[in-house]
Amino acid sequence: MYIIIVGGGTVGYYLCEALLNEGHEVLVLDKDAAKCERFGDDMGSVCMRGDGCEAATLAQAGAARADVLIATTDEDEDNLVACQVAKYEFGVARTLARVNNPKNEMIFKKLGVDRTINVTNLILDHIEGDLPTHPMVHLLTMMEDGTEIVEVRVREKSTAVGKAVKDLSLPPDAVLVLLIRNGYKPQTVIGDTVLEVNDRIIALTPTAAEDVLRKELTGLD
Amino acid sequence: MNVLVMGCGRMGAQLASLLDAEGHKVTVLDIDAHGFRRLPPGFGGIALVGDGTSEDALKKAGIEEADAFVAVTQGDNRNIMAAQIAKHIFNVSRVLCRIYDPLRRDIYEALGLEAISPTTVFAQIFKDKLLSM
Repeated sequence: MYIIIVGGGTVGYYLCEALLNEGHEVLVLDKDAAKCERFGDDMGSVCMRGDGCEAATLAQAGAARADVLIATTDEDEDNLVACQVAKYEFGVARTLARVNNPKNEMIFKKLGVDRTINVTNLILDHIEGDLPTHPMVHLLTMMEDGTEIVEVRVREKSTAVGKAVKDLSLPPDAVLVLLIRNGYKPQTVIGDTVLEVNDRIIALTPTAAEDVLRKELTGLD
Repeated sequence: MNVLVMGCGRMGAQLASLLDAEGHKVTVLDIDAHGFRRLPPGFGGIALVGDGTSEDALKKAGIEEADAFVAVTQGDNRNIMAAQIAKHIFNVSRVLCRIYDPLRRDIYEALGLEAISPTTVFAQIFKDKLLSM
């Protein structure tokens, strides 16, 4: 595959190295001469000096035949424009943008970027997964319609303990799907299911209602 | 008209004061309060510190009530991003954007963004002036 990386910072550097090792054709674009030189010394002529947001630079880089463009700079607006110019001007099939402000993920998707990578959220996901006591873990985000699949653990202090699901004050669009209880087979949740301490619930919730759902099931703000 | 102007440089300040003088409701947004010194003493609009490429800052600046949004910061990409957020996320009915790079302006104009490139406009004006001497 021919992959163009916009931004020769730390992320761009190691990404380039890894993709080259996998046998891909890689070209890095960076405005900074010193950065380009570092690539030249370490990996050969894989870096071209230029602004990856400029159509002229992308044309020179052969963007029209690129399979993927990855924008890795630390400025969200630059990453957005690089992806959009690649996609709409050169027809690059797949564009990926590093997103620094987590709130921009949804905006970038709406504006045509195929995939966003948000470092803050990635680290957060790992922290949640690594801490078994964490009361709510994000399992999957369905970015397009703002829905999440989460795993919530019912805590001792929660007012939901001993209550039937139909009597809980759940957010209107949230659905409790699956109940995982120690020693039992996972079962689908029905209105009459009574919750116990340490029950694990797999739920589907709109991102906006996540906090309400967590509070109702865990008792934590 | 209720207008939100992003960027209080020479251009943004001038535009804001012209609109304000004509009785429009103007809010100016800039990441640096230093730019507000360019607003005239009798400016009746609102000057707010905030990043116009952030959805939250735009909301605070009242973009949901704005009839028009103008992006005139120094950075083409900042203007492009903010203008697209205004147009596609907040559905502001009139969105104008400054893009210095003529090629980039053409690309975004084709994508439906109303954009002006000072580079092209001024080069033309200067050329016409020179040749009419």
